[in-house]
Amino acid sequence: MKTVFARTPTLKDCPTHYCPGCGHGIAHRLIAETIDELDIHGRTIGIAPVGCAVLAYNYLDVDMVEVAHGRAPAVATGMKRTNPDKIIFSYQGDGDLAAIGTGEIIHAAHRGEQITVIFINNAVFGMTGGQMAPTTMLGQVTATTQQGRDAINEGYPLQVSELLALLPGAIYVERCALSSPAQIRKAKKAIKHAFELQVSGAQGLSLVELLSSCPVYWRMTPVKAMEWIEKEMTKVFPLGQLKNVTCAP
Amino acid sequence: MCGNEALAEAAIIAGVDAYFGYPITPQNEISAYMSRRMPEEGRVFVQSESELAAINMVFGASATGKRAMTTSSSPGISLMQEGISYLAGAELPSVIVNVMRGGPGLGNIAPSQGDYFQATRGGGHGDYRTIVFGPSTVQELVDCMSLAFDLADQYRMSVVVLADGILGQMMEPIVFNKKPRRSLPPKDWALTGAKERPQNIVRSLWLPEGSLEKHNYKLQAKYEQIQKDEVLCEQYEVDDAEIVVIAYGVAARIVRSAVNKARKEGIKAGWIRPITLWPFPSEQIAKAADELRILLVVEMSLGQMIEDVKLAVAGKVPVVFYGRPGGGVPTVDQTLQRIKQFTIPTKRQEE
Repeated sequence: MKTVFARTPTLKDCPTHYCPGCGHGIAHRLIAETIDELDIHGRTIGIAPVGCAVLAYNYLDVDMVEVAHGRAPAVATGMKRTNPDKIIFSYQGDGDLAAIGTGEIIHAAHRGEQITVIFINNAVFGMTGGQMAPTTMLGQVTATTQQGRDAINEGYPLQVSELLALLPGAIYVERCALSSPAQIRKAKKAIKHAFELQVSGAQGLSLVELLSSCPVYWRMTPVKAMEWIEKEMTKVFPLGQLKNVTCAP
Repeated sequence: MCGNEALAEAAIIAGVDAYFGYPITPQNEISAYMSRRMPEEGRVFVQSESELAAINMVFGASATGKRAMTTSSSPGISLMQEGISYLAGAELPSVIVNVMRGGPGLGNIAPSQGDYFQATRGGGHGDYRTIVFGPSTVQELVDCMSLAFDLADQYRMSVVVLADGILGQMMEPIVFNKKPRRSLPPKDWALTGAKERPQNIVRSLWLPEGSLEKHNYKLQAKYEQIQKDEVLCEQYEVDDAEIVVIAYGVAARIVRSAVNKARKEGIKAGWIRPITLWPFPSEQIAKAADELRILLVVEMSLGQMIEDVKLAVAGKVPVVFYGRPGGGVPTVDQTLQRIKQFTIPTKRQEE
């Protein structure tokens, strides 16, 4: 019999704590596959955020650190500057990266740190119980926007990737979605490219934003959640490459 | 070479791999010096976007087993407290220099000892300690840097060097000693890539019931060991003293002069100078309180270390205070006056 699909070694053989229909498991697998395909397992250090993915080290079998909320890009800076031969990636949610850690991600990109950032945007704070995130959609009901997010009170969804793409130090910024097999394949390609840039020594930060489902706090079935990503979230967070200087004309 | 530059060079000699910092007065000479010297040595210098980022850069470098440090002054150190708590939880070594200035708030840029509580009580959230040095000369500042890095590595924790604006700015002749290093445990916990070994994880989150309690007891055992082994303090003419003046850092230099003057005037005065503020030399101070005498605590604050002195003597002898806050520096004469005020004039006249 021919094996056509197998668990990639860097993804541990254990169940995750994630809710049914959550995108984190998919994102973890794509990162693990990338690490194995690029054969960088022995020199990769991952940074887990504060958020639902705080226990990512239970699933990704590489050296990992768990850091303060939002500070991953600063921690990554300290790691990469002292270990230029290592592959450093941070895994951050929208609360972590787009709320409390806005300063750290902007300045890491601004300095052109040679790190890879996987940014999970699920438009909500998951771990703390479904509060509004900076990326929460207008009208979206959350624990702290019970009448739906209102731009007058809460502002508009924050498009961090667009902001980061403006900075010369960010060399690759792409937004993908974990909403269908086709989109997941695109996401895999983007993640792999982001890691490849770091492996090649490219001078700058690479970031992949992944629109990811949170059926529990979106109050939807997993199937509806996937549809909502494609129909609603992509209106505010359009998919595609926001920047790729290595491919620039 | 001013104190700030001297401590920077001492850190380089001690083998610091990376320096991260954000500008703040009165310690800017350190980052300026490091920005030149670290690249010369092929090491890392990064000017961070904030003190929050600086301490987290230290966290990152330290997690990979490198010797990392940051320096700042009072308001900046406040911002770092989150990171210092995480360093404590994750048991990562670091060296943090606080060239104290006046507070609270933006305060001023004059020398102060107002951050004693913050430094010796942990400072951030949670049940933890940091080792704290309170050097009183530029030479001592230089000498404690290499010890700070060794202690940080030995105990896997943060070491705070509590200097102040005077020490940072003053120039004194110094010798860079290359003292023998402590033999240190291997950093087999460091994140260096899981090559031919199982994954290493550096973390401070302990969710399963009882696991954090266990972790706290582990930290506590370490802290108790440090209290037993690492206290440093100096004393002078305590045995026959009717008044013992206790001070650290720059205040201790003033006290030294005041006590010398008092002795010349026939007052039986002595002094005790804690060099480590945590672990605090409680035993030495308690011993001084075995005889009935007055303990006078002198600080460049309105009384912070005095609480540790009172805890040490447990009410056995009177503990009195003289201090000036907000950049005020006690003078030798003011201190001498307090020494006289708190000693018994009749007894002296009889002699």
